[in-house]
Amino acid sequence: MSAVRGLVAALAVAVALVLQVTVFPHLAFEGIVPNLCLLVVVGAALTRGPQFAVVLGFLAGVALDLAPPADHVAGRWALALVVVGWLAGRMRQDVRPTASTVVATVAASSFVGTSIFAISGLVLRDPALSVPDLLRVILVAVLWDVLLTPFVLPLVMRMFHRLEPARTA
Amino acid sequence: MGRFDRLRRPSGGLGRRSPFRSARERRWSGSGQLDDGARPSRSLLVALVLASLTLITLDYHGGDSSPVDSARQAVGEVFGPVEAGTATAIRPFTSVPDWFRSRSALNEDVARLQAENSRLRSAAATEDYDRNRLREYDGLTAAADNLGYALVPARVVAMGSAQSFSDTVTIDAGSAAGIHPDMTVLNNDGLVGRVLRVTRTTATVLLIVDTDSVVGGRVGESMEVGFLHGRGEIGGAGRLDLELVDGAEVPSSHDTVVTWGSQDGAPYVSGVPVGRVTSVYSSVRESTQRAVIDPYVDFGSLDLVGVVVPSGTHSDRAVIEADGSLR
Repeated sequence: MSAVRGLVAALAVAVALVLQVTVFPHLAFEGIVPNLCLLVVVGAALTRGPQFAVVLGFLAGVALDLAPPADHVAGRWALALVVVGWLAGRMRQDVRPTASTVVATVAASSFVGTSIFAISGLVLRDPALSVPDLLRVILVAVLWDVLLTPFVLPLVMRMFHRLEPARTA
Repeated sequence: MGRFDRLRRPSGGLGRRSPFRSARERRWSGSGQLDDGARPSRSLLVALVLASLTLITLDYHGGDSSPVDSARQAVGEVFGPVEAGTATAIRPFTSVPDWFRSRSALNEDVARLQAENSRLRSAAATEDYDRNRLREYDGLTAAADNLGYALVPARVVAMGSAQSFSDTVTIDAGSAAGIHPDMTVLNNDGLVGRVLRVTRTTATVLLIVDTDSVVGGRVGESMEVGFLHGRGEIGGAGRLDLELVDGAEVPSSHDTVVTWGSQDGAPYVSGVPVGRVTSVYSSVRESTQRAVIDPYVDFGSLDLVGVVVPSGTHSDRAVIEADGSLR
């Protein structure tokens, strides 16, 4: 049953990735698109906890790093999304998260994830951009992710909830 | 998070652990297993972070012959066709925003097109003369057969996000269409970029506005050469910086910049229009002139592009030859 769950999660990441690079560039603001892969990882973290989310975060990150048209140093999104999966997983409380908690988690995760990616770029000198430019991109990215949260997160969380009984069986 | 920690911390203790946990398990209705998962998740976290760092190190120090490239290739073979398929499926919908453009924008378009039309009409008046002259030239150029390039048409199917801070796109033509790395990509407005890597059905293109992109440019008016650096911005604000080799030469506004070209046309063939000079700065310290170039290509709405291939390339699709014929 665990294989099925992993497969569904991987499929969700793949769908998010393809939508992110093909559909959303048409709606992009200065090339900045909502990070659907990050939203899937946060959704997984909120429903299934950090253990599952870090693994999914790593998978989603590696996919983002390797799938065309990515050209940055591989592993940077993997690092960012592993941390996001862990942080968002720790946010999980003993009650079902409310809408405002989910939005806050997404905003924090998006900020942390995009920042880690940007900072790793500064360290590796991968893009030679200035800090104000980076900050602007990060803020727009956070806005995008929060904007998409009401549409994506309920879907993702319901999907992972549905898979939950399978885990205890 | 604070509340959560307070709940968890005692559970790491000694004797109280099991009753506390069983109580919580009932309340969580079957999801208490998470509590077990919370401890090992730290070592898992460390393992995955180390894995990511290893990947970064491998790719960063690998340089051009990075071991990660084969993984990229494999992932590209899988995702490439999916991206191309999705892009084809949504194409009817992506034209929808055009329907909502305002009437004034359309009026402006009409005025602009009328102006252009009259200019073209006057050009067409001398067409016969030009055509005769061109025929003579054509005879000459036909002799220099290897000068002719052909274009493989392709569509942009995916764009890298700005969060990744690299401006790259995927096109739906790959090695099966005769495309190899370091080929020039252009569209009917001008230079788009160069091919970075190919899979069988797709290719990744580095746009000239990327910060990693350096193009040899030549100012059309003075034939001065220089280097064009991308600024990493696409859309309306996308600009290039031109640094001229000869510091004494000052390009003037509205000068056209074309590619300078490299040996065997890789990565850039010569004479492709790149953009127009908008402003010029001189740096006294470095004793060079830096001009800002507004590219002709609108990188925010790239769609149909052509990849420059040697004439006679074997391809899985129609190839546009140098003389305009389809093959």
